[in-house]
Amino acid sequence: MLTKRIIPCLDIKEGRTVKGTNFVDLRDAGDPVELGALYAQQGADELVFLDITATVDDRKTLVNLVREVARHVNIPFTVGGGISSIADVSALLNAGADKVSINSSAVRRPELVDELALAFGSQCIIVAIDTRFEPAAGLDFVHTHGGRRITELKTLEWAREVENRGAGEILLTSMDADGTKAGFACDLTALISSAASIPIIASGGAGTMEHFTEVFTTGKADAGLAASIFHFKEIEILALKNYLASQGIPMRI
Amino acid sequence: MEIAIIKYNAGNVASVMYALDRIGQKYQLTDDHEQVKKADKVIFPGVGEASTAMAYLKEKGLDTLIKGLKQPVLATCIGMQLLCKHSEEGNTDCIGVFDVEVKKFISKDLKIPHVGWNSIEQKGDNPLMKGLKEEEFVYFVHSFYAPVNAYTTAVCEYEQPFSAMLQKDNFYAAQFHAEISGKAGEQILKNFLAL
Repeated sequence: MLTKRIIPCLDIKEGRTVKGTNFVDLRDAGDPVELGALYAQQGADELVFLDITATVDDRKTLVNLVREVARHVNIPFTVGGGISSIADVSALLNAGADKVSINSSAVRRPELVDELALAFGSQCIIVAIDTRFEPAAGLDFVHTHGGRRITELKTLEWAREVENRGAGEILLTSMDADGTKAGFACDLTALISSAASIPIIASGGAGTMEHFTEVFTTGKADAGLAASIFHFKEIEILALKNYLASQGIPMRI
Repeated sequence: MEIAIIKYNAGNVASVMYALDRIGQKYQLTDDHEQVKKADKVIFPGVGEASTAMAYLKEKGLDTLIKGLKQPVLATCIGMQLLCKHSEEGNTDCIGVFDVEVKKFISKDLKIPHVGWNSIEQKGDNPLMKGLKEEEFVYFVHSFYAPVNAYTTAVCEYEQPFSAMLQKDNFYAAQFHAEISGKAGEQILKNFLAL
């Protein structure tokens, strides 16, 4: 049976893992290769590395980092942050990344999704969508710049569009839930997951093991992503997977 | 032991190379016919689209080369589909080691592509699954599949059963990505290298 996936996310700055609840208060959390390998050993189903600075110098560091991760990690991993061209993707895949995640660059130029899917196959193109509820409109809208800037794109419509353009998966981050530890945005995740025929990775809001049960049942997510609860060892991956299995959620143990 | 990884336009060869590095196995990435022929083992990996990949293989004469290989060959993902007779993807005539038609998953309820860790079950003799647990999970990413057939040596289920692994004579094939399938995948690669 196809299992639900647990995905730790590692934020990368200048080739190091950082942890912090926002982009201002960053603390060095060490070597991303070691941390990634450790998570893999503990039972993580995939890893996501997000380059949160993505300056030109950092790009080279990132490619080298991807190569080191690929050498040491025996599970699939995705790289995101600042990717905006076929050349960017080519460099990362050649270095050993299994998938890439694109976000603002797809919002700026949606054709990029088509181009990347055609060049590399849908299976390695994840479109990350940062979304926030707009009370005035009563709807979720796509946001960029870490959730600070609203776009004209309605989240549901954008999810359908990126699927039609060839995205292989959607990484859906609720900016309302992110950082709250009050649970994933299950209603929104279920809405998007039901409308899309590609897998949805839910992100933002994980605080307890029960939150993962909710996102896989009522939220209809195919995978759950989290960062701080794993980095700060609030939840151990193996304990989480054992718990979810005991709740009847299909897990790879 | 010499290992040749077939170099062609359906990429993500990097993951395969690093997986071999991790288990301490040297290899050559090559499309040179003589190099491939004289290798002790051949790996035919790939992620990509069938018609584009086949066109390239034909142009380089790699399709006939692969079909004529006598040493153990391991084909993964699109490599496995290309060893079949025909694929619905781009309505493509493939290499034809396995007399099997590759079909597209069609489902109202399930997500396509089939992405993630799914369990595989051995069927008949399968030396590549030696030492694995009865229920073992491996990583899949695909929208097309080979139905269960006479050559099936492992079965996976996604709405319906399909071939996770095939074998005929010296040709071994896996739909999943052994190279990123954790310890189980490493064991499968080691088993292939030990043939």
